[in-house]
Amino acid sequence: MELYAPIFVLAAIGAAFVVVSMVVGSIAGPKRYNRAKLQAYECGIEPTPQPAGGGRFTIKYYLTAMLFIVFDIEIIFLYPWAVHFDELGVFGLIAMVLFLVNVSIAYAYEWRRGGLEWE
Amino acid sequence: MSTPLLVTAAPTITENPPQIDYWLLSPMLVVFGAAVIGVLVEAFVPAARRRAVQLGLALAAVAAAFVLSILIVGALPADGPGETLAFGSVAVDRVSVFLQGSVLVLGFVSLLLIAENRRGESAFAAQAAAVPGSEEEREHVMAGSQHTEVYPLVLFALLGMQLFPAANDFLTMFVALEVMSLPLYLLCGLARRRRLFSQEAAVKYFLLGAFSSAFFLFGIAMVYGYAGSVNFAEVAAAVREGGGPLFADGGGRPLLLLGIGLIAVGLLFKVGAVPFHNWKPDVYQGAPTPITALMASCTLVAAFGALLRVFYVPFGGSAADWAPMLWVVAILTMVLAAVVAVTQRDIKRLLAYSSVVHAGFVLTAVVAASPEGLAGAMFYLAAYGFTTIGAFAVVTLVRTHENGPEAGELSQWAGLGRTSPLLAGALALFLLAFAGIPLTSGFIGKFAVFEAAMAAGAAPLVVVGVLSSAVTAFFYVRIIVLMFFADPAETGPTVVRAGLFTGSAIAIGVAATFLLGVYPTPVLDHLLPQPGTEQGESLVATAEGSAG
Amino acid sequence: MAVSELTLAAEQHAHAVTTEASGAVLENSWLLIALPLVGAAILLLGGRRTNSWGHWLAVALPLASFGWAVAALLHMLGAPPEERSYAVPVYTWFSVGGFDAEVSLLLDPLSISFALLITGVGSLIHIYSVGYMAHDDRRRRFFAYLNLFVAAMLVLVLADNYALLFLGWEGVGLASYLLIGFWQHKDSAAVAAKKAFLVNRVGDMGLLIAIMLMFTTFGTVAFHDVFGAAGEAGQGLMTAIGLLLLLGACGKSAQLPLQSWLLDAMEGPTPVSALIHAATMVTAGVYLIVRSGAVFEAAPAAQLTVAIVGAATLLAGAIIGCAKDDIKKALAGSTMSQIGYMTMAAGLGPIGYAAAIAHLITHGFFKAGLFLGAGSVMHGMNDEVDMRRYGGLRGAMPVTFATFGLGYLAIIGFPLLSGWWTKEGIIAAAFESGGAAGMVFGAAALLGAGLTAFYMTRVMIMTFFGKRRWADDAHPHESPASMTVPMIVLAVGSVALGAALVFGYRFAAFLEPAIGAPEHHHAFSMATMLTSWPSLAALGLMVLGVATAWFMYGRREVARTAPRAGLVTAAARNELYGNAINEGLLMRPGQQVARALAAFDTSVVDGLVNGIGTSVRDSSRGLRGAQTGFARTYALTMLFGAAIVVATLAVRI
Repeated sequence: MELYAPIFVLAAIGAAFVVVSMVVGSIAGPKRYNRAKLQAYECGIEPTPQPAGGGRFTIKYYLTAMLFIVFDIEIIFLYPWAVHFDELGVFGLIAMVLFLVNVSIAYAYEWRRGGLEWE
Repeated sequence: MSTPLLVTAAPTITENPPQIDYWLLSPMLVVFGAAVIGVLVEAFVPAARRRAVQLGLALAAVAAAFVLSILIVGALPADGPGETLAFGSVAVDRVSVFLQGSVLVLGFVSLLLIAENRRGESAFAAQAAAVPGSEEEREHVMAGSQHTEVYPLVLFALLGMQLFPAANDFLTMFVALEVMSLPLYLLCGLARRRRLFSQEAAVKYFLLGAFSSAFFLFGIAMVYGYAGSVNFAEVAAAVREGGGPLFADGGGRPLLLLGIGLIAVGLLFKVGAVPFHNWKPDVYQGAPTPITALMASCTLVAAFGALLRVFYVPFGGSAADWAPMLWVVAILTMVLAAVVAVTQRDIKRLLAYSSVVHAGFVLTAVVAASPEGLAGAMFYLAAYGFTTIGAFAVVTLVRTHENGPEAGELSQWAGLGRTSPLLAGALALFLLAFAGIPLTSGFIGKFAVFEAAMAAGAAPLVVVGVLSSAVTAFFYVRIIVLMFFADPAETGPTVVRAGLFTGSAIAIGVAATFLLGVYPTPVLDHLLPQPGTEQGESLVATAEGSAG
Repeated sequence: MAVSELTLAAEQHAHAVTTEASGAVLENSWLLIALPLVGAAILLLGGRRTNSWGHWLAVALPLASFGWAVAALLHMLGAPPEERSYAVPVYTWFSVGGFDAEVSLLLDPLSISFALLITGVGSLIHIYSVGYMAHDDRRRRFFAYLNLFVAAMLVLVLADNYALLFLGWEGVGLASYLLIGFWQHKDSAAVAAKKAFLVNRVGDMGLLIAIMLMFTTFGTVAFHDVFGAAGEAGQGLMTAIGLLLLLGACGKSAQLPLQSWLLDAMEGPTPVSALIHAATMVTAGVYLIVRSGAVFEAAPAAQLTVAIVGAATLLAGAIIGCAKDDIKKALAGSTMSQIGYMTMAAGLGPIGYAAAIAHLITHGFFKAGLFLGAGSVMHGMNDEVDMRRYGGLRGAMPVTFATFGLGYLAIIGFPLLSGWWTKEGIIAAAFESGGAAGMVFGAAALLGAGLTAFYMTRVMIMTFFGKRRWADDAHPHESPASMTVPMIVLAVGSVALGAALVFGYRFAAFLEPAIGAPEHHHAFSMATMLTSWPSLAALGLMVLGVATAWFMYGRREVARTAPRAGLVTAAARNELYGNAINEGLLMRPGQQVARALAAFDTSVVDGLVNGIGTSVRDSSRGLRGAQTGFARTYALTMLFGAAIVVATLAVRI
């Protein structure tokens, strides 16, 4: 069982930190409420009055965000390959090219279907 | 445990680049290639021609992949179960090729349903991104927009379903799970009618699916911690020896059991066993009916294929540990789902619960943990797949009024046998097959799984199964009685004429249900281990290191 | 055939060794069934495209089956008698674990006789129907059902086990139901079809329970194994199985007390009445009893019941036949009566089996001929069925008159015609079976012979002789060749078949390997047939019956409407109050019991029996509550589920 001991210790420390910091914060912190502080956090977007479309974000935000993530992941895949480029040889090169081609096909789809146009 | 039908091997990492036998992977590569080309078609082919191109591409790819599967199974060595490929991550043996073949055939029939286009109106939304009921949506409907992305999405899902039961390590299996699931989440939200219902189904399926994936992944982590590998052969070896390199003293059992449990949760969710079944009725009802047919047939085959492989290969050595758990789940599934189904009033929900009960029946064969159980489960899945696609195909034809949505309410189906005898007759056959009446495929399937469970000493489970069949037979027969002996309802449904595609899907369903019931021997003989070529238990154990 | 050979065969056990079929003809005898089945499938699935040629296909396929059956018969005759029983494996239905389900056929003298009758008479009736149904716009469907019937009937008689037999049994029931109600636009036809369906269900339940009993007792339902073990099972059990088989036979063969559907079944098209409700399907009960001979041998009480039921039905049917004015119903009464003869003979044990089957075969010919004749008359008379509107038709329809006349002579047992040979066989077997019971059965058979002569003469006179009592718009004419040719062929059979079968003990010897032989057999020699006192008595009663009918209907004018009837006639016209008895004895008390039970049920049993159903429904409603539709609830359920799963695994630590 001693193998699990560190896990339990870590879990206990984590839980303790959360509880302690919340308790200390509520006791020690000054409480001066105003209008802005009582509002929900929406990253600068006014919760009321709601924007057009019943509070929806336009889908273009998501498209851009997804595109960002896709290329982000592409870069992350490229890193280890780049580090061991010489050892992986032709096999690694072909594999990586195929991966890039696949990503670009999806990119081509988004581009052709107007996913990149911001009106 | 002796499962000479399944192959497994551990990877050997070498300096040299791996030699991959692409020939054995070709069924998957063809489907994947077609899916990628499908995306390009979406990008570059004019909208008016897309549907024809996509449909031809998808059907051709699935058919070609099926032919390749047949060729592969013919070329597998006669003296062994098969081979593993790509660092031991994919197993190509008779079981996986049979399951892939089933997925492809059932996928082909589902594609026929998906392709049905009645006066330019398919089962799918004209523009899924438009707010339901909005002006924008109306414009798209008037313009006759179509989401031809459906075809590449289905192909990607089929790719995942092909890989899922063939995966030979947990990470490949997880990737396959996601490749299979993500397109399905999307497809569920594309219904043309009752859009909000459909979107709700998609979100529910996605949320709960993600939840279950988390369990699955967490379980993989536990097993990795226990065995020091995610490869099935190495996990199997660790299980047999009582622990991986880290736990030479045998102290890792909690990790293993927790891993088995959490992985089981992920897989049982996909097959829809109680208590992980809640999504099924809601999703089956909300999704476009052709997609429901796809999920009820292909997904079930793939998910059970993966479940069988996981419990038979990596966890095969601890059957005594997991069998009681599957007993509990199987009994809960067969009893609760059958009972709840009794009071269902919507045909799609009823079929969803019926699918849950059938999952319980197949689980009895998994519990058997024997080659006969494996064969029985696979036969059951293939047979059930054809029948259920046929049943959902019938559902697509019964509408509340001409050009109206599907008439889901069972009360509206009263007297259908008088107004549309052929259609009602086909549905009656499917329902009798669900109930397991002799001369239908359902009877042979039930007989095979119960026989396997019986031989493995799970008699109580078989008793529960038979009782549950009796309860389910009650509500299947009730529908038949309603259709043929009740007076037609005043607000009776309109039966739209079956187009070529739907008609073929129903005809294939009827033919398969009947043929597999009257002459199942060729399929059964293919699945059951032949007495002469039995390999004994050694195969699972000693194939390590023979990676392609 | 040498006498020594015969004795050799007779000495063997009732069921000779069954050998594996060899040779192309016997091995492929599944084609007998497949051919008409394919016909039905093509016609039903082919739709309107097959309208123009479908009926000819439907005629050709049973004919091909008949040809195949003849070929199989020739093969069989080429083998020594004790080897004439062939098992024909068709295929392995499925084989799972240690369980093999084989589908195989049994070809032996008994089954091949039936196959020949079914395909032979069946083909003739198919040909006849081409003419008879020429103007029906649902002709294609009619022929599809006829083919379906032939296929199902062949499954019934060729099966080598009770399960397959039951499949055929249900198949013929379905075909019969579809064909009785073929003219569903007529309410009476729809009602008659429903009635036949319901009454037959009672019989089918009996057969099904018998099969289940056999399976639980012997662990198999194959004829060979069941008959082999029948002697060892308890007497009480075998009696139960025998009585249940008899119940099944009564339903299919319209024997008392399940006879009521047959007269109503005459609502179907006449070729159907000829094929299904006279020549073949209704004889399935007799087949079942003869085939299950070993079961009845082990249960004497059940066997005696069979004979009693047969004797009672033969008299009841004859009495009903005497009073009916509807030509088809009169013939239907006659069918009941004749099948009663066969059932009675089958209940006499081995001594009567050959006689029963021989009579069944000849009856198939002359009764089919009579029905086709009746159909021909109706065809010429605008579908009029009331014999009081016929009269003097012999001039207008000479061929029909001649063929009907030969069938008539055959059925009343005119010496040297088919019916005489085979009915004498039954009468002789009854008297020879010995004891008081034998005397009673023999007397019933003799009385039946006299009644048969009376009612058939009545039919004959009212239809073909006397004054014309036609409706004003009737223009009787002879039917087309497609109808008359089958009638002529059947008439030839009615004349000659009996002698061919019975003379020289040929047929009984042929059947022996399948049904066994009596300890001492009745010699069917011409001399004994003409001089023994039962034969002479039968002849005398026959003459008396004919003469009575002649005095009542030939000498006197026949009224165009039925005169007021005495007590007996009224009873006979009302089918001896069979329906009323059913209603009074079964339906009403049944309803009373049901009502009482329902009251009892709601008050007492509800908690037990009905309670299961209710509790399933209630728990179903309750569980449905768990399906809230909220993803959060589902996720929570999953979490609990995961806890259960982990907990069941955790106990293994």
